[in-house]
Parts: sequence; structure tokens; C-alpha cells
Amino acid sequence: MAAEVAATAVRRAVRTPSPRGRKDALRGWAFVAPTAILVVGLFIVPIGLVAFMSGSDWSLMGGNRGSNFPDNFTNVLADPLLGQSVSFTLRYTLLTTLILMPIAFLLALLVQEARRWNNVLRTAILVPSALGIASSSLLFYALYSPQVGPLNPILDQLGLMDVRESILGTANGALWATVVLVVWRFAGYYMILTMVGLQAIPGDIYEAASLDGASKVTQLRKITLPLLRPTIAMTMILSITGSLLAFDQFYILTKGGPNNETMTIVLLIYKYAFETKKDLGMAAALSVLVLVALVVVNLFQLRALRGRDKD
Amino acid sequence: MTTTSRRVVYYVLTGLLALTFLLPIAWAVVNSVSPNPATSQADGYGLGNYAALVGYGEGLWTYLRNSLIISVVAVGTALVVATTGGYGFARFSFRGKNIVFMSVLAILMVPYAALLIPLSVWLGEIGLQNSLVGVGLVLALFQLPFSTFMMRNAFEAVPRELEEAALLDGCGTFRAFWRIMIPAVRAPLVTVGLFVFLIAWNDFMVPLYLLGADNAPLPLAMVNMRQQVMGVIDYGLTTAGVVVLAIPAVVLFLSLQKYYIKGFTSGAVKG
Repeated sequence: MAAEVAATAVRRAVRTPSPRGRKDALRGWAFVAPTAILVVGLFIVPIGLVAFMSGSDWSLMGGNRGSNFPDNFTNVLADPLLGQSVSFTLRYTLLTTLILMPIAFLLALLVQEARRWNNVLRTAILVPSALGIASSSLLFYALYSPQVGPLNPILDQLGLMDVRESILGTANGALWATVVLVVWRFAGYYMILTMVGLQAIPGDIYEAASLDGASKVTQLRKITLPLLRPTIAMTMILSITGSLLAFDQFYILTKGGPNNETMTIVLLIYKYAFETKKDLGMAAALSVLVLVALVVVNLFQLRALRGRDKD
Repeated sequence: MTTTSRRVVYYVLTGLLALTFLLPIAWAVVNSVSPNPATSQADGYGLGNYAALVGYGEGLWTYLRNSLIISVVAVGTALVVATTGGYGFARFSFRGKNIVFMSVLAILMVPYAALLIPLSVWLGEIGLQNSLVGVGLVLALFQLPFSTFMMRNAFEAVPRELEEAALLDGCGTFRAFWRIMIPAVRAPLVTVGLFVFLIAWNDFMVPLYLLGADNAPLPLAMVNMRQQVMGVIDYGLTTAGVVVLAIPAVVLFLSLQKYYIKGFTSGAVKG
């Protein structure tokens, strides 16, 4: 029935274009309505709610117990764990990005040509992307274990640690162990993104450079890297934003330990809400701070990206 | 170096590289059937860990069913919302369009963790407390920027003449959308479905915030069961769970790999 009505409307609209605008608007809204409902119901309302909760005395079990405006924020800012988690998260982000980006770039250079073996290689590198961060973390948790893990005996042989110690037992061990896991899990993903950028560079530029006698290294430096700058910037944004919000891998591998030395900011939100404080108001206050910081970081990065695109 | 020896070096090095990425998964498979002292698979090789996994907690089938419900709701919602929305954004002009589109893109700017605290309260208010459907909807929402953008681009790439012909033949807008446009964007639809499935199937954080242990999907149950075994961690059980989780994801990924790569090449991720 509705379809018939719409069909008549369209027939008329096609013949007489004048009243088309309003009907077009109605149909447009009809198509976009599910999106709008989902966005308002599960995105806009929760953002408003988190702002409200951040100013409320809101316990996990007791619910809302009235206004508590600046206290949640001052409590969060006074917590020594905040500075510790911010500095650890920044260190982790820097380390991950600096290691992941060059590896992804080299892998992309290696597998970009369409050869049969390259397809196999590319698939092998991409397979970890099909695993979730949580299952990868559980897998590496077992790999790093002193009981069944194959790495402990090797590190013991190399004299780097005792076979009964846990790799995750020290802050540094846990940090590097997590970086290795994340590189393994994400290298293929960033490799594909880089490959797409490489394919967008026209091949005749390289041909012309070869004719002029430019070596492969010169071509890489003078052609590939400059033309790939937007892609590199984009993968960097993804890596930085992703690492700043790291949660699963630390929740599963270290729970923030030992001595809160691998506590990330997002893990701290979880601990405030469900473990140490059971205080949703404080967790909301930290959420708001993270949200504002992330929006600022993203706007800054987008501007940098756009600026580069213009060059 | 001669070309042959160079080729040998190349294959050896790249072969090692491929192994590096595959070895952890291969090790998990081997460990899951290996003897682990004082755990579910105490002696000899066999499927003891998997047998223990089947009966663990609420039972493996319950956890798998929960994972499947979440994934189906997330994929279904994402496909419906992204096709209708993508089409609306691609083909119609109306007041408020930009605001809605910008709000979709704004989801990218906001850390999920910041939304999960209010969502854990708000979902209770709208009758979705401890609900698998609620988790599926939230996961679909988080993938909305990617899926909407992907589908909008896909619809824009379809020539307008196609649907105009259908309209002139007497098809209504909605029938033209369903009969003509949806089949025209099959490939991007598969890409969106695959992306959302892999994320929903594997997600841990959203269920951790929004679901109780009684309603856990497999990744959450795996992490819970590791913590509940006090003192001795049953690594055999853990790796068996990782393998069970990985099988559907890897199989689907391998069979639809070309869509995964095409999704990137069509620029949907660039936002």
C-alpha cells in the first residue's frame, strides 16, 4: 500500500518536477531515519548523560545520589594514578607507533607486487587481523607464561631472565611484551592501508625516474615517501588514537600491574567504575576528560593531515 | 649474487616472515591438544581441553550462542542502517542532512570507553540491561561511520539512470531501492558485513561493560574463566578457547579476503 502511494508520488514527481523538493525531503528523511534514531538513542543521549554523570555523586550500586559538581573532577585530578597512567599511555603510544609504522611500510613494499607468493605472504601477515585483540591477548598470555610458554626457556638460555619468572612480571617486560603482541596483530592491517597508498602512485613516475638513472633508494626517498605522506599521516593517526585508548591487551595481560605500572587511561576508567572505587561519577568525570582530550587530539591531527594534503 | 641465489635468499627470508605471523596461531593449536600438567589435559595428546571447554561454566554452546546473537544483531543492524542511511545521504537533499551525517562521523572522534559508562546506565533505562541485543546495537553504532560512509560511496558510484529507468517503469522509490539499488551494491555490502562480523564476534570491551557473566559471549567468558581458576591457570583450556574463537573468524576472513582488501582500496577507511 505504502509502496503504491510512493510509486504514484514518484510518477507525478518525475512528470512535474516542481513539488519534488518537499517529497524528496520526506523520502530522504525516511531513508535516514534509522541512522538518526540509532545515533540519537545510543550516541547523543549517552554523551549528554556522561556529562551529567560526571557532575553527580553516582555510585555503582547506589545510583544517582545528587549533584557533586566539581568533586569528581578534583578527585580524578588529585589521584596520583592519573599522572602515572597518562605517562605510561603516552610511552606505550610512542613505542607502538614508532615500531609499527616502519614495519608496516616495509611489509607493504615487500608484498605490493602482484605475484603468487606475495599473495600467500600477504594472507599470512593478514591472518592475525581476523583475531580480536582480546583473543590475541589471551593467546600471547599463554605464549608468555612460564608454565607452557615456549619463550621462557629461550630467554633463559639467552641469560635474559630466569625460566620461572614471568615476562609480564616487570613493567618493562610487560610493556615490550604488549608492543610485540600489538605489532603482530596490527602489522597486516596497516600494511594493507599502506599498500593502497602505494598503488595510488602512478607507475610512470618511477619509469621516468629509472630512465633518468635514479636508483631504487633515491626513488624511494624522492618519490614514494613524499607522495605517500597522506597515507602515512592517516595510518599514524589511527595508530596513535588506537594506542591512546588501549584497553583489552592490558586488561588481559597485566590488569595494569605490576604496581599499577602498566595502567592505561582507559583501564583507569574501568577500575574507577567497577573495581577500586565503584564510583560511576568519577569514572564519568575521567571519561569526559578523555573525551575532550581525544577530540582535541583528533582535531589537531585532522588539521595536520589536511594541511599536508594541500602541499 | 646470482639471480638464483638471490631468489633463494628472498624465499627463505619471506618464508620466515610468513612463519613469524602464523607461528603463534599454530602454537595455540598445538598447545590446545598437548598435555598440560595439573590441568584439563593432564596426560598425552588429545582433545581433553576441548571436552573441558564444552562443559565449562554455562557451557561452551551457551557462550557461542551469545556470541552469535551479538554478531547477528550487529551485522543485521549495520546492514539495514548503513544501506538506508547511505542511500538517503547519497541520493536525496533535505534540511538536516548534514547535521545527521556529521553526527555519524562524530562517532569516530569519541572514545568508545567514554560512552560505555553512560550506556551501562542508559541501556537499563530503555529495557536493554544485560542484553545481547543491546550489545549488538552498540557495536553496530560504533561501526556506523565506516559502514555508512562505505555504503554512501557505493550508492554514489551507481549511475542514476539505473533507478530513474526503474521509476519510469512504475517502481516506487522504496521498491527501486530494494530491487535495483541493493543488488547493485552487493560487494560493498559483503565488505561491511564482514568487517562488522569480525569486530562483533571478537569484541570484549563492550560485553565487559554491559553484560553479566551469565550472558557472556565467548571472549568475555574466556577471560572470566582464566581469572576464576585461582592459582593454577589452565592454559590448555585458554588456548582451546582461542582456537574455537579463531576458527569462524579466520575461515570467514580467508574466504572473503578479497572484499576485506577491496574495502580499503575503495577508500572507505579514509573518512
